[in-house]
Amino acid sequence: MSTSPAPLLTVRDLRVVIGDSHILHGVDLDVAARGTTALLGRNGAGKTTTVRGILGLVPRTGSVLLSGEETVRLATHSLVRRGIGYAPEDRGVFATLTVAENLRLAERPGAGQPAYDLVHGLFPELRQRARQAAGTLSGGQQQMVAIARTLLNGNRLIIADEPTKGLAPKVVTEVAQVLERAAEAVPVLLVEQNLAVVRRLARHCVVLADGRTAHRGPAAELLADAGAAHRLLGVGRAGHDGAGPSPAGASARPAAHPATRTEEAEV
Amino acid sequence: MTTATRPRGETRAADQSPATRSERFRRAARWWPALPLVALFLVPYSALPLPGLLDGPIGSPGNLQLLSLCLVFGALATGYDLLLGRTGLLSFGHALYFAAGAYVTNTIMLEAGLPFAVSALLGLLAGVALSALLGAVSLRVTGIGFSMVTLAFAQAASILVQRDPGGVTGGEEGRAAPADKLPAALVGIENTANLYWVALAYLVVVLLIVRWAVRSPTGRVWEGIKENERRVEVLGLRPYGFKLTAFVLAGTLAALGGIVHLLLTGGATPQTTTSDFTLSLLVMVVLGGSGTRWGPLAGGILYTWADHRLGDLSGSGAVTGLPAVLRVPLSQPLFLLGALFVAVIYLLPGGLVRLPARLRAARAVVVES
Amino acid sequence: MSTVVLLTLTGLGLGALYFLVASGLSLIFGLMDVLNFAHGALMSIGAYGTWWAASGHLPGAGPGGAAFALAVVFGTAVGTVAAVLLELAVIRPLYARPREQILATVGVGLAVPALLSAIWGADARPFPGPAALSGTAGLLGAEVPFNRLVLIAAALVVLAALRLFLSRTRHGLVVRAGVEDRAMVTALGIDVRKAFTLVFAIGGAAAALGGAIGGLYFGSVDPEQGTSLLIFAFVVVVMGGMGSLAGAALASVAVGLVQQFANYYTTAGLGDLAVVVLLAALLLVRPRGLTGRLA
Repeated sequence: MSTSPAPLLTVRDLRVVIGDSHILHGVDLDVAARGTTALLGRNGAGKTTTVRGILGLVPRTGSVLLSGEETVRLATHSLVRRGIGYAPEDRGVFATLTVAENLRLAERPGAGQPAYDLVHGLFPELRQRARQAAGTLSGGQQQMVAIARTLLNGNRLIIADEPTKGLAPKVVTEVAQVLERAAEAVPVLLVEQNLAVVRRLARHCVVLADGRTAHRGPAAELLADAGAAHRLLGVGRAGHDGAGPSPAGASARPAAHPATRTEEAEV
Repeated sequence: MTTATRPRGETRAADQSPATRSERFRRAARWWPALPLVALFLVPYSALPLPGLLDGPIGSPGNLQLLSLCLVFGALATGYDLLLGRTGLLSFGHALYFAAGAYVTNTIMLEAGLPFAVSALLGLLAGVALSALLGAVSLRVTGIGFSMVTLAFAQAASILVQRDPGGVTGGEEGRAAPADKLPAALVGIENTANLYWVALAYLVVVLLIVRWAVRSPTGRVWEGIKENERRVEVLGLRPYGFKLTAFVLAGTLAALGGIVHLLLTGGATPQTTTSDFTLSLLVMVVLGGSGTRWGPLAGGILYTWADHRLGDLSGSGAVTGLPAVLRVPLSQPLFLLGALFVAVIYLLPGGLVRLPARLRAARAVVVES
Repeated sequence: MSTVVLLTLTGLGLGALYFLVASGLSLIFGLMDVLNFAHGALMSIGAYGTWWAASGHLPGAGPGGAAFALAVVFGTAVGTVAAVLLELAVIRPLYARPREQILATVGVGLAVPALLSAIWGADARPFPGPAALSGTAGLLGAEVPFNRLVLIAAALVVLAALRLFLSRTRHGLVVRAGVEDRAMVTALGIDVRKAFTLVFAIGGAAAALGGAIGGLYFGSVDPEQGTSLLIFAFVVVVMGGMGSLAGAALASVAVGLVQQFANYYTTAGLGDLAVVVLLAALLLVRPRGLTGRLA
């Protein structure tokens, strides 16, 4: 198992019930204090719900320790202010607000200077488009806004839910590069379907199945075991066909992998 | 939805009675509503006083009139709950169908000179047609949009009635029913008991129809729509038709209630067309317990009684002796009802009919500890 | 010509009154999904507060000049406090139960007028006001009552202030973002409930101001006044798109003008009827009109 120090985020027995339906039956996961931890699983396994449960965006029970502090009773905004940056599935960009306003919302008054230099250094485009309504941006640009919001505050943890979903291959590579750089400074919990991106970024992984934790361990180990990957993630027998995932570290190419969502890519 | 409008409270409690009880006892117990029904039937023969609750003996014409109104509004609330508590539709326009029954019947008697029975039938048909037409249109929008469309239609009708087009509605005064067209047995103070029995019959009809409808396959779809409309769609059913059925059934029952109300009060009044009238139905249902068998009835009776009696009580010595801070709000039934309503929403989700179960649960906790 | 001018300005005055009620209603619905049935009651509270102060109960306030302005400030302040109390005590504990929130506002909307009539009687009370505002102004050949102009001016000031608030302040930014996606605002570390209280305060203040100045327009106050305006305010909110301030402003003008002209040139009451039928028609044609955006 992991040799790193105490995990930054420790989730135990996370359960989510919405209406009459149990969506999570007890998820356990650790986010290591360094690097990227990938949260994997088939569609409907409960990945997004787990993230939303951790953040308190859905009613949940169990234990969520952030640096040893129990946060399961905290309201979402209090938890986030303890240093979490969140880029949700579908990006959560405010369409009628300008890019600058979207970023300004992520500022936390009284919590130090927002790191606009860092953000504009990574995404020079966002400075040029500061006054443009975020709804008129391309999918990739919107994802940049979403990620920029997580980088503005010197957060302790970044949670990114499918940041490459629906993006063109070139943009996927860009996003992966940014996340890779971010993960050098801040631990990242990454929900991702694109196994090439996972291979490139993730050190550790947690696999969910039917609302439970089905597997935990080093990411490379899982991805190297085609049988386990097939069983846990439902991906094709990647090792046996020609279009299998490229070796770790190579550029992320979503179209090359059967796990990639079939949505139309947008730039 | 939330616990406040769960439909199951009553029926499920009955279904889950311990298996140790004998089958025969259960079959007999199912007929318990017959007892209060017989008691209600015999009320006009009773001279029993209910001090505090009613002024004078129960069987006096004044009290019978009040009790009749209580029964009619209890029944009306029960019908309205087909939408709110059984199907999850928040209509702000139910007054329209009630008023349609009363006004159409009355207008036909007055203008066309037809006898009551024919006019009432036409009034009822008007209620059916109107609820089918406006329901079909309103249900094209969902959620709060539906509430607003129903509100708009009812408000349009209310304005129309109050403007008195061609002198047929009587404007803000309303119009008295023509005594010569009504059955002789239903006119005059000496026949209050007959009117009371008509009201009671209306209540029984509504209770039976609602119970039958809710237990029918359609009723089960209504419950599904209320819980989660998507899921019903996934099952391959079109919620629209089922919602329209509920809307028309509730509208028809309301129109029938309007006709009974016309007999009871001897005329059609524009107050029954207003949005306030619908809101008071809403208060009755939620107060008593939305989605339960007896809750809307209890809420309707309590509301109507309070609305009529609290005003009188505030003139009594017990209240006039109070300091102004207490006396002034107590003199307004609507203030008390509004405040009670808000309190029930918070403290007693599920309404007053949940109170016994709540108390039992609380007592059980006390006994255990 | 003078009739048209008078009708136009009276229609605009009525529209201004609608806007004062509908602006808050729209912001509240846009941000919180709460259809506030107690909003008319807030307007009545503002009207009664002003009436009470201007009738000589508040030292310094009275029916004339600056003393009347003080009475209006007092009435608006009372309405604002009532709105904040409503949000904190009634709406907030029912957070995440939108239907119960609506029902609770229905209860408050019934109880408040009843309480007002318990204290001051159900009958209309003459509304004191400065003599200067009870006159008329000659405008393009028409004698236009001053109170219409005061209403229009008040609505314009409120519109401008709200736009500045929404576009220039961080709180305004939070409100605009919250109208779009409340959950995401909290996920950025912002306590969106503060914005709820804030929009209630703003909406309550605007409605109470409407009540205070509306007293001049009607010449009297009665407990049901606010509630009877509420339905037309709903029409405005739906027409303008829930949550859209500019939409509410335009729709207010349209509804006020349609009502005045139709009531004058056709049968009295037809304007009111036309407006509510318009609401139904609009919702049916454009049900999305309910999910408008802030502009």
